[in-house]
Amino acid sequence: MPTTAPAFSDATASDSALRRFLFGLPGVDAVGLEARAASLGTRSIKTTAKAYAIDLAISMIDLTTLEGADTPGKVRALAAKAVHPDPTDRTTPRTAAVCVYPDMAATAAAALAGSGVKVASVATAFPAGRAALDIKLADVRDAVAAGADEIDMVIDRGAFLSGRFMKVYEEILAVKAECGTARLKVIFETGELSTYDNIRRASWLGMLAGADFIKTSTGKVATNATPANTLLMLEAVRDFRAQTGVQIGVKPAGGIRTTKDAVKFLVLVNETAGEDWLDNHWFRFGASSLLNDLLMQRQKLSTGRYSGPDYVTVD
Amino acid sequence: MSEQNRLGVFKTYKLYVGGKFPRSESGRVYEVTDSKGQWLANAPQSSRKDARDAVVAARKAFGGWSGATAYNRGQVLYRVAEMLEGRKEQFVREVAASEGLSKSKAAAVVDAAIDRWVWYAGWTDKIGQISGGANPVAGPFFNLSTPEPTGVVTVLAPQKSSFLGLVSVIAPVIATGNTAVVIASADAPLPALSLGEVLATSDLPGGVVNILSGATAELAAPLAAHQDVNAIDLTGAGAELAKELEIAAADNLKRVLRPLAAEADGSDASTDWLAAPGTHRLTAFLETKTVWHPTGALGASGSSY
Repeated sequence: MPTTAPAFSDATASDSALRRFLFGLPGVDAVGLEARAASLGTRSIKTTAKAYAIDLAISMIDLTTLEGADTPGKVRALAAKAVHPDPTDRTTPRTAAVCVYPDMAATAAAALAGSGVKVASVATAFPAGRAALDIKLADVRDAVAAGADEIDMVIDRGAFLSGRFMKVYEEILAVKAECGTARLKVIFETGELSTYDNIRRASWLGMLAGADFIKTSTGKVATNATPANTLLMLEAVRDFRAQTGVQIGVKPAGGIRTTKDAVKFLVLVNETAGEDWLDNHWFRFGASSLLNDLLMQRQKLSTGRYSGPDYVTVD
Repeated sequence: MSEQNRLGVFKTYKLYVGGKFPRSESGRVYEVTDSKGQWLANAPQSSRKDARDAVVAARKAFGGWSGATAYNRGQVLYRVAEMLEGRKEQFVREVAASEGLSKSKAAAVVDAAIDRWVWYAGWTDKIGQISGGANPVAGPFFNLSTPEPTGVVTVLAPQKSSFLGLVSVIAPVIATGNTAVVIASADAPLPALSLGEVLATSDLPGGVVNILSGATAELAAPLAAHQDVNAIDLTGAGAELAKELEIAAADNLKRVLRPLAAEADGSDASTDWLAAPGTHRLTAFLETKTVWHPTGALGASGSSY
């Protein structure tokens, strides 16, 4: 069983202590947060810096397909794309991982064997998370046994919103125990948490419970990753490392579709958490269509002419 | 209050991209003067990023517009004529100022431009018959050719005929289901920018026509090289620029319309825009799809179909 960082062992001693700790976190200045995120989004990133940002962003993508209509063929095609995003230019970096449902994890693992691209699998009754704990844990075991290197779990938002923080905490602990060596990403579904204060509380709760990554959303609700909620989570991992020495990754997911958006997020990372997070071990994009836009921009930089959707794959 | 005491209300001319009226992304404007050098207005000086955005908008609109029935496209084009009819005075004023024409001559030009929309509106559901059809082949096949729109077309509008010439190059491109990125006449862009306002209120889906003003060569170069543009009309380019653009356009095998009458300075002074247009501008941006369909073995049954 992983243990909570010693600095905060008191906070997780009991239900009431956890509640006291989470409600003791400073409130979020919503206007200031959004203004800060917006002002960092106005940075102009050009030429060589842009080329660096594009390659970095490609290497940070968890190339995702989470549809009811997923087939083994589609997963294999996605895996091939993750290994060689642009077959016409072999200098293009690989993506970080391919993200699939647990029943597709074995297919993805076989297709990616030896490539260095990781297999990420969502689990715990993704995306709603409305299932009994033992079913959620079986889901995780299944994904890990199928070869998943990373598990993306969803928290029980119903429990979180009704104030049963200990239940959420213990569930994350239990899932973490099932992961073994696989890294655990904890999805908060920020679009359902209503307030920035809740996002801050969820971030700390996830980090205390031993998450390796905190992730904004499933991509299945109306509001997904935004610069503001990602900035808030980046502040949380920065503060957590300052107090415990433990570094935790961040993954915004859903709604990031253009190179411009991706570069804005990288600016947020650099200006908030710092350069240590500018690596795909510590920062990821959960995305699918983003990759094509990055590839088109990459082609534009290398050829000098605008590319088009005819020159990237149809996913 | 008397007319003399009233403060003038100057119009801010803006681009027309994706059904909206943005300023140039670059924030630049340039001064537009009439034929005698008097200041008329500031027009946005578009950058290559505006051109890129326009291509994205045109591509997005292509599916819906090319998939609309020819009948529907004809209705929309006729609607443009209806809308123009109601704003004739404004266009007469702008054409007279930018081309240095008398009021009556400008009125004749605007009338001709409105009639041109009607002419092309009529062609939308007829061009298929004259440029496609059943081909006689030596074998047991139905062989059918049907014209399809090329895709996103960059149009360099004529430099001198700022309105009639403009309409004469836009209407045939969209009549057949293409979408257009139009570079207005550099010296006389105002009628083109006002036309955007008419198109926006004519049931024409946003993005089907996108109108940019600015330096022709600066905008045309990235558009000619753009991999997501399928064709280019070089009417408004001088001989030297046209050659450069044609070379750039060859990279992804764009269709190129390079009028024979192109003059060294890019002017269309020798073109008679009032003359009947014919169909060559309609057919220039069509792809012919041919289908072979077996009729069955005629010999076995002994019958002919």
